[in-house]
Amino acid sequence: MSGGSVMPLLLALGLAPLLLGVIIRTKAVMAGRVGQPLLQPYHDLRKLMMKGAVYSRTTSWVFRAGPVVGLAAVVVAAALVPFGAPALVSFPGDLLLFVYLLALARFFTVIAALDTGSSFEGMGASREVTFSALAEPALLLGLATIARTTGSLSLSAMLPHVTGAVWAHGAPPLALVAIALLVVFLAENGRIPVDDPATHLELTMIHEVMMLDHGGPDLAFILYGAALKLWLFGALLIGLALPLHSGHLWLDAGARALGMLLLAVLTGLVESCMARLRLVAVPKLLVGAGVLSVLALLLVLRSSP
Amino acid sequence: MSGWADTVLICIVLTSFVLLGSSRLGACIRVVALQGVLLGFLTLAGRQDASSLRAPILALVSTGLKGVVFPWLLFRALRDADVRREVEPFVGYSLSLLIGTAFLAGSLWLAGRLPLPNPTMSPLVVPVALFTMLVGLFLIVSRRKALTQVLGYLVLENAIYAFGVGLVEGTPMVVELGVLLDLFVAVFVMGIAVFHINREFDHIDADQLRTLRDWAG
Amino acid sequence: MIPSLLLIPAAAGVLAYFVRRAGPRRALLVLAAVAHAGMTVATWVVEPAPAWGGWLALDALGRLFLTITSALFLAAALYGVAYLREEGHGERKDVDEGFLFDNAPEATFTACLLLFLAAMTLVTVSQGFGLLWVAVEATTLASAPLIYFHRHHRSLEATWKYLLICSVGIALALLGNFFLAVAASDHGGTSVRLVLPDLIAGAGGLRIVWLKAAFLLFLVGYGTKMGLAPLHTWLPDAHSEAPSVVSALLSGALLNCALLGIVRVQQVCAAAGQAAFGQGLLVGFGLLSMAVAAVFILGQADYKRMLAYSSVEHMGILTLGIGLGGAGTFGGMLHAVNHSFTKAMMFLVAGNILTRYRSKSTDEVRGVLRVVPASGILWTIGLFAITGSPPFGPFLSEFTILKAALDQGRAGVAITYLILLAVIFVGMATAILGMAQGVPRDARMAARAREPLLRVVPAAALAAVVLLLGVYIPPVVRTALEDAARALG
Repeated sequence: MSGGSVMPLLLALGLAPLLLGVIIRTKAVMAGRVGQPLLQPYHDLRKLMMKGAVYSRTTSWVFRAGPVVGLAAVVVAAALVPFGAPALVSFPGDLLLFVYLLALARFFTVIAALDTGSSFEGMGASREVTFSALAEPALLLGLATIARTTGSLSLSAMLPHVTGAVWAHGAPPLALVAIALLVVFLAENGRIPVDDPATHLELTMIHEVMMLDHGGPDLAFILYGAALKLWLFGALLIGLALPLHSGHLWLDAGARALGMLLLAVLTGLVESCMARLRLVAVPKLLVGAGVLSVLALLLVLRSSP
Repeated sequence: MSGWADTVLICIVLTSFVLLGSSRLGACIRVVALQGVLLGFLTLAGRQDASSLRAPILALVSTGLKGVVFPWLLFRALRDADVRREVEPFVGYSLSLLIGTAFLAGSLWLAGRLPLPNPTMSPLVVPVALFTMLVGLFLIVSRRKALTQVLGYLVLENAIYAFGVGLVEGTPMVVELGVLLDLFVAVFVMGIAVFHINREFDHIDADQLRTLRDWAG
Repeated sequence: MIPSLLLIPAAAGVLAYFVRRAGPRRALLVLAAVAHAGMTVATWVVEPAPAWGGWLALDALGRLFLTITSALFLAAALYGVAYLREEGHGERKDVDEGFLFDNAPEATFTACLLLFLAAMTLVTVSQGFGLLWVAVEATTLASAPLIYFHRHHRSLEATWKYLLICSVGIALALLGNFFLAVAASDHGGTSVRLVLPDLIAGAGGLRIVWLKAAFLLFLVGYGTKMGLAPLHTWLPDAHSEAPSVVSALLSGALLNCALLGIVRVQQVCAAAGQAAFGQGLLVGFGLLSMAVAAVFILGQADYKRMLAYSSVEHMGILTLGIGLGGAGTFGGMLHAVNHSFTKAMMFLVAGNILTRYRSKSTDEVRGVLRVVPASGILWTIGLFAITGSPPFGPFLSEFTILKAALDQGRAGVAITYLILLAVIFVGMATAILGMAQGVPRDARMAARAREPLLRVVPAAALAAVVLLLGVYIPPVVRTALEDAARALG
C-alpha cells in the first residue's frame, strides 16, 4: 500500500467529461456540422443534478442503488490507475481489483436495469453482459502480459515501467496487447463498432437501454460514471502506448492528457467512419481481441521462461 | 535479423487467425496470398550467405506465385463458380478462433520439446510452422466449400515451406523450384476441379460429395 | 539413357495433346510405350550411368519397379487403343444411374497418360528425396484428369477426394523431407546431401530423433498415396470410377511408386541401425489394411470397387512383409511384382466385362464364361491368382511372408494373416465365380460377343507373366529382390 499522488485521481475526475465532449465534437466536425461546445457534457451534468427524479412503482431499492454504487465503484477504480504519477492507492494485485471494481459497476447497472421489469432493459442487459464476458479475458490477459513483461502486479508499477527500452526489446507482444486493449476500450464503453451511443432505436441499444428509465441525478451519476470509465480505459491504453517518462510530474501528466485527447479524436474518427457491426459479429471481434492477448501472453511467457 | 524474422512470423500467426475467423471467401483468398508474401520475406530474412542470389530468386519466385498467380487462379475459379461467397463452416468462427488458440499453445509446447539443431533463424520458426500446419489441416476438415479446402491445402504447404526455410539451408534450388512448380500445377488442377464441381453440382460444397460410400446412410 | 527414359514419354505427352486426329495419336501412344519398354529392357543389359550429378540413377530396386511400370504401361497402351476406339467419344448412358454423360477429350486423356508415365519413371530413377517428392506429387497431378475421364458427378467426386487427400498426404511427406534434412545436418553447418547413396554412407551421423520423425511422416504421407488404412479412403472411389485402363495403371504401377518412397527412407533407417523402429509400424499398418479390406470386400456390390479394396489388401500384405524383415522383406518385394501384374490384368478384364454387360454390379453380371469366354477364363484365373492360390505368383510371395512370420515366432501375426486371407478369398470367390458362371440374366446378352484381340491379348500376356513368376523366378529378378531385401535390413 504505497501512497502515491492524488493528481491522477483529480485529473480523472475533472477531465473525464471533456473526453466525451471531444468525441462528440469530432463526430460533428466529420459530419460537416459545428457541433456542441466542448464543455457541453459538464453543463448537461449540472442540469441533470438540478432536476428531480421520478421512480416507477415496480422498482425497488436496487434501482435507486444502482447508479450510486456504480459511480462509487468507478471512482474507487480511478484511484488505482496511474497517470503520469503513481496512483493514489497501489498494491500488488491492484489490477485485479481494478477490473473487478469495473465489473461491480457494470453488475449494478445491469441489475438496476433488470429491476424495472421492462423487456427492453432485459434485452440490453443480456447483450451487455455477454459482450463484457467476452471482453474480460482480453483485458485480463493483456494486463497479465504487461505484468509479466514489467515483472510486477500493480498498475502503478507496471505502466510507468513500460519504457522505450521495453518497447524496443519486445515490441510485438506489446503491440498486440495495445490492439487488444483498443478493442476492449471500444467494447466496454459502448462505442462503435460494438454499440452505437447515439442510437435512438431501442432494438439496437445495448448500453443506452440500461439508462432509459433513470432520470435526474441518477442519470447524471450514470453519465459521469461512463465518462470516468472511458477515461480509465484510455489511461490504461495511453500508459501502454506512450512510453514517456521524464520524471517531471506535470510533463508526464500533460503528455498523457494530450495522448488522451488524441485517443478521443481517434475514437470520434472511428465512430464517424465505421458502421456498427452486426450483433452476431461482435463476439467474433471480442474473441479475436482475446486471441491477440493470448498470443501476446504466450510470446512473453516463451521468451522469459 | 532475428527481430525482423520474429515480426514476420508473428504476422504469419495473425494471418492464420484471420483465416480461422473470416467468413468471406474473397478475404480468405487474399489473406492466404498475404501469407505467401510474408513467407517470401522470411526467405529473405533467413538467408545465410548474403552474396548468393539463391535466396532472393527463390523469394521472388515464391512471392510472385503465391501472392499474384494463386489468388488470380482462385478468384477466377470463384467467379466462374458463382456461388455465395461465404465460407460456411462446420465449426463456428468463434469456436475456430478458440481452437486456433489451443493449437498455438500446443505448438509452442511441442516445439519446446523438439531438440532443434543450430537455430538458423529464430526460435519462433518451429512453433509458428507447426501452428500454421495445424490451422491448414483444420481448415480442410472444418470448412464446407471445396475452395476453402484448397485454401487449407495452400496454408499447409505454406507451413511446410516455412519449416523448410527456417531449418534447412542445403536444398538445391532446383528442388525448391520443383516444389513450387508442383504447387502451381496443383492449384491449377484444383481450380479446374472446383469449376467442374460447380458445373456438375451447382455448388461447391465438398461435404455434399457423398455418393461414393460403403457405409449406408 | 536415363534422361531419354524421361524425355520420351514427356515429349510424347505434350505432342499428343496437339495431334488432332485420333489415329496418329493412338499410334503415338503405342509407339511411346514401346520405346519406353525397349529402353527399360536395355537397362537390364547395360547399366545406365547416373545422371545429373547423382540425383538420377537406377539402382536394382528402381530398375525392378521401372520394369513393372513399363510393362504395365505397354499392356495398358495396347488395351487403351482398343478401348478408345470403342468408347472414346460421344455421349453415353451411365451404367449405374442412367444419365447421359460425356467423356473427356481423347487428346487430354492420351497426353495425361504419357505424362503419368513420365512422372512414374521419374519416381523410379530419383535418388534424391526432394526430387522423389516432386515426382510423386507430379504423378498425383497427372493422374487426376485421367480419373475424371468419364465426366459425371461420381468420377468428379472421386477425383476431388483423390486430389485433396493425396496432396495433403504428400505435403506431410514434404515435411518428412525437411525433417530428414535436419537429421542429416551437421553441427558444423555442412550437411549430407539428401541423396540416397550419400545418406546411406553417412548414416552413422544422422540425428536419430529427427530420422524417426521423418520416417513417421514419410509413412503417413506416402502411405496415404499407397492406400494404407486408415488413409485409404480415396482409393476405392478413384480406382472404381476411373476407366479400367487407368485403374490398372493406378493399382499396378502407382501404388508401387508410393511404396518406393517408404522403402527408400526405410533403407536410410536400416543403414542407421533403426530398422526395428519402422518395422513394428509397418506390421501394424499392414494388418490393419488387410482387415479393413476384408471387411469391405465381403458383400461388395461393385466388382471394380472390390478390386480396389483388394489393392488395399495387397498393399497391406506387402507392408506386412517388409515390416517382418529378412525373408519377409523378400516376400514383400516379390509380392509387389506379383500383385502389379495380377491386379492390372484383373482391371483390364473388368473393363471388358463392363463394356459388354454395361453394369458394375456383382449381382447383375452372370455367365461371363459364356458371353465373353476369353475374358471369362482370364477372370477366373485372376481370382485364383489374386487370392494366392498355387501355381500363381502371389502364392509364392504370400507363402514366403507367412513363413517369415512363423520363423520369427510371431504366431499371432501369422494367424491373423491367414484368417484375413481366408476371409478375402471367400468374399472374392463368391463374387467372381458367381459372375463367371451361370447364364446372363438378360437373355439378349446370351450370344457370344465379339472380343477384340487388343482387349484380350494384353491381359492374357500379364496372366502368363503371373503364372511364370509362380513357377520360376528369373535369376536377375531374384538378385534384384534379394538386394532390395538386404538393403532394408
